Amino acid sequence: MANLAKAKVGSDRNRTFLLILIPVLILFVAFNTFPLLTGVFYSFTDSKGYGAFNMVGLQNYIDLFGDARVGNSYLFTFKVAVVSTLITNVISLVLAMGLNSKIKFKSAFRALYFVPQILGALVVGYVFSYFFTYIVPALTGTGSILASTEWAWVAIVVVCCWQSIAQTTIIYITGLQSVPEDVYEAGNLDGATGWNLFRYITFPLIMPSVTTNMVLVMKNMLMVFDQIVAMTSGGPAQSTESISYLIYNNGLSGGQFGFQCANAVIFFILIAVISVAQTKFLNSREEQL
Amino acid sequence: MAKDAFGAKVKEKVNWPVTILLLIGLITIIFPLYMAVVIAFKDPSEMTNDIAGILSLPSSWSLDNFIEAIQVTDFFNSFLNSLIITVVAVVISVLVHSIAAYAIGRNMDSKKLFKWSYYFIVAGMYVPFAILMMPLVKQTAILHLDNMVGVMILYVVFYMPMNMMLYTGYLRNIPIALEEAARVDGASTWTTYWKVIFPLMKPMHATVAVLTGLAVWNDVMTPLVIMGGQGVNTLPLAQMSFQTAFSTNYNLAFASYLLAMLPMIIFYVFAQKQIINGVTNGAVK
Repeated sequence: MANLAKAKVGSDRNRTFLLILIPVLILFVAFNTFPLLTGVFYSFTDSKGYGAFNMVGLQNYIDLFGDARVGNSYLFTFKVAVVSTLITNVISLVLAMGLNSKIKFKSAFRALYFVPQILGALVVGYVFSYFFTYIVPALTGTGSILASTEWAWVAIVVVCCWQSIAQTTIIYITGLQSVPEDVYEAGNLDGATGWNLFRYITFPLIMPSVTTNMVLVMKNMLMVFDQIVAMTSGGPAQSTESISYLIYNNGLSGGQFGFQCANAVIFFILIAVISVAQTKFLNSREEQL
Repeated sequence: MAKDAFGAKVKEKVNWPVTILLLIGLITIIFPLYMAVVIAFKDPSEMTNDIAGILSLPSSWSLDNFIEAIQVTDFFNSFLNSLIITVVAVVISVLVHSIAAYAIGRNMDSKKLFKWSYYFIVAGMYVPFAILMMPLVKQTAILHLDNMVGVMILYVVFYMPMNMMLYTGYLRNIPIALEEAARVDGASTWTTYWKVIFPLMKPMHATVAVLTGLAVWNDVMTPLVIMGGQGVNTLPLAQMSFQTAFSTNYNLAFASYLLAMLPMIIFYVFAQKQIINGVTNGAVK
């Protein structure tokens, strides 16, 4: 009898869990998995986004590799992502150590350095666009770097870093706070100071934060979009077209729906592979320590 | 805080050089905002072509630019739209993602379907919006969801992977014995969840609300592609259409940018600790 009652309660419980799970799964499939699969399907067509279309097999993928504009967008996006990730992490780590030391006005400093994180990337982009168009040229006496095909990417890096440093710093501070004080004291006793203390004691111990930040920033930067819209619209001469921007621009209004779907499929695979590989690689380094 | 041998706090020496360096570094944060403020308050006639003309304080702190910007961008309308979208997306995310995580988290160790569902949903984190964007434009149009409702539904779906991971991670720390006690008292699974588990996940609700809220409030791409060109604006979208229409009047533009930043800055002043904690917890967990 008791077993029977228990079994009944158990099956009620299971039914409730299924009643929760199924609608949520349906919602997720309908607005994530289904459009993803539709995207993959369209990548094998010559669809312009409207009207009839034909299946073209792998033609879009073949064309993709010969397309200079697509190639440039990948080069640009990776250049910005790699440079921004490195700069963000170096500055954030230094800043975090400063903010974690025995300073005056500690909480006020932390609150102010965090402000860029809460602001919208688009509006920040507009403000920096003005800064690079009017203020910087007036100071240096040169033209605006936003008008230079060679240097406009630097402006994008600056604005990306300005915003992403905020969050990265806070994560490093959390990492630094988790290092117990006596570890440093032991290091001091062994004669480790300054750079050595950082290199052999602090850095290995905050490796989890390094992993988090590297993956987080890199993934965000690879998807850079708002800053491009606000500052360059992909120009000058398509020199600052990020992958997301190109897909948005040519896929939705440039009549390349099918072709840009193929581009998006490649982009998706790249993001997934990079994120997984980066996590694996950095995690393996953590375990060694 | 250092302590002496008897456990009393020792007054520590303030590191002044670092304090001063940090103070100097703050210029990089404050300068762009200072620039936005002084330009927003100036009359266009005060803007000369040299830096001094741009960066000096305005001769009078007039609100004219702000009043005009409010009218030109239909500020209150787009503010309200942003607010509705954000609040609804956050509330539904907290309710739906937490209960979904409960169903999955409590079963994923024993049942394949739930375990598989977990990885299926969490893998969604690797799907960039760029690939969903084009099909979703078609799909939402067909379903008549190319409007604010559609945008809200999409946010609930887009942030599900991240929130699912956060909630299930947190759930592992809540002992199952607590639920069993409630069950013995005759409470159904549903009641147990809302009465016992949901309140216990409060810290994670805060984190999820902050992360989802910040992302949704500042997002440009989703409303742009789903309901762009329909005259319904969110706050960032209003800046975009303003930019294309009146890009030459910088004083007006900066007043508009400041207005767009203001709600979040005010919110940050009051909820600073929760926001910083939320962002940190979300990333570290």
